[in-house]
Amino acid sequence: MNLSEIVKNLDLVVCCGEEKLQQQVTGGYVSDLLSDVIANSAAGNVWATMQVHVNIVAVAVLKELAAIILVQGRSPAEDTLRKAREENVTILSSKLPAYETAGRLYELGIGSRK
Amino acid sequence: MGKPFSHSFIVEGRNFVQAGTASTKIKTMLKELGIDGGVVRRVAIATYEAEMNIVMYANSGTVVLEVTPEVVRLNVNDRGPGISDIDLAMQEGYSTATPEMREMGFGAGMGLPNIKKNADDLRIKSTVGEGTNLEITFRIN
Ligand SMILES: Nc1ncnc2c1ncn2[C@@H]1O[C@H](COP(=O)(O)OP(=O)(O)OP(=O)(O)O)[C@@H](O)[C@H]1O
Ligand SMILES: [Mg+2]
Repeated sequence: MNLSEIVKNLDLVVCCGEEKLQQQVTGGYVSDLLSDVIANSAAGNVWATMQVHVNIVAVAVLKELAAIILVQGRSPAEDTLRKAREENVTILSSKLPAYETAGRLYELGIGSRK
Repeated sequence: MGKPFSHSFIVEGRNFVQAGTASTKIKTMLKELGIDGGVVRRVAIATYEAEMNIVMYANSGTVVLEVTPEVVRLNVNDRGPGISDIDLAMQEGYSTATPEMREMGFGAGMGLPNIKKNADDLRIKSTVGEGTNLEITFRIN
């Protein structure tokens, strides 16, 4: 499944990275602890989080994540958005809380993180 | 690859906006050098955690990347408070991160354990009141 299908199905807002929505998604991870994401997410994952500050961008770059999904309708901070555009990181926003966002992703078949 | 490659990066303490720049650049450099993707990913994780520890705890520091045909080596040096009990600091879950840092998602106490897990060798030297030095080695083959 690619990002654009996820955007459509979960009715996500695309904050940046419109041009990269064809990217395939390998799985997902949910956490607000950055070192946990660094340790336990895998390349091509979507990462659902409450964190909106600029440091989430480096995590996505280093782990080659497919996209960051901000939950609870959050929007990225201004410098986060700027940095994400610079580094070609896709940021999406979900109106649902983390648990429900993950549940919906699971229903779509985005299961394990590998 | 012929002669050893080396590059040095400066990391500022408490500069959370700059944070992650050195690790991102090092990842790009290693890819350009044609280093195996698995090694690049392990180095990227270790560099990120070491860089963030400078940002969070130290006043300033440097990350020196060295690549030889056999190994990738990171030498991370900071001027800062140092670590009084290295065994304790290495324990997963131990953290002295401030409430503000925890709110940003730092302070899981996973950084040093992540470095150890991803490296082939990790040596830590630290002097309280002066600073900390990490020598992190990754075998290429
Ligand atoms: N460069 C350093 N200078 C001084 N103290 C350090 C340094 N690096 C680590 N420490 C100490 O060791 C502890 C554990 O570090 P570690 O990186 O494992 O976890 P953390 O930084 O607290 O949280 P996380 O890395 O998961 O965000 C820190 O909380 C801090 O007390
Ligand atoms: Mg740390």
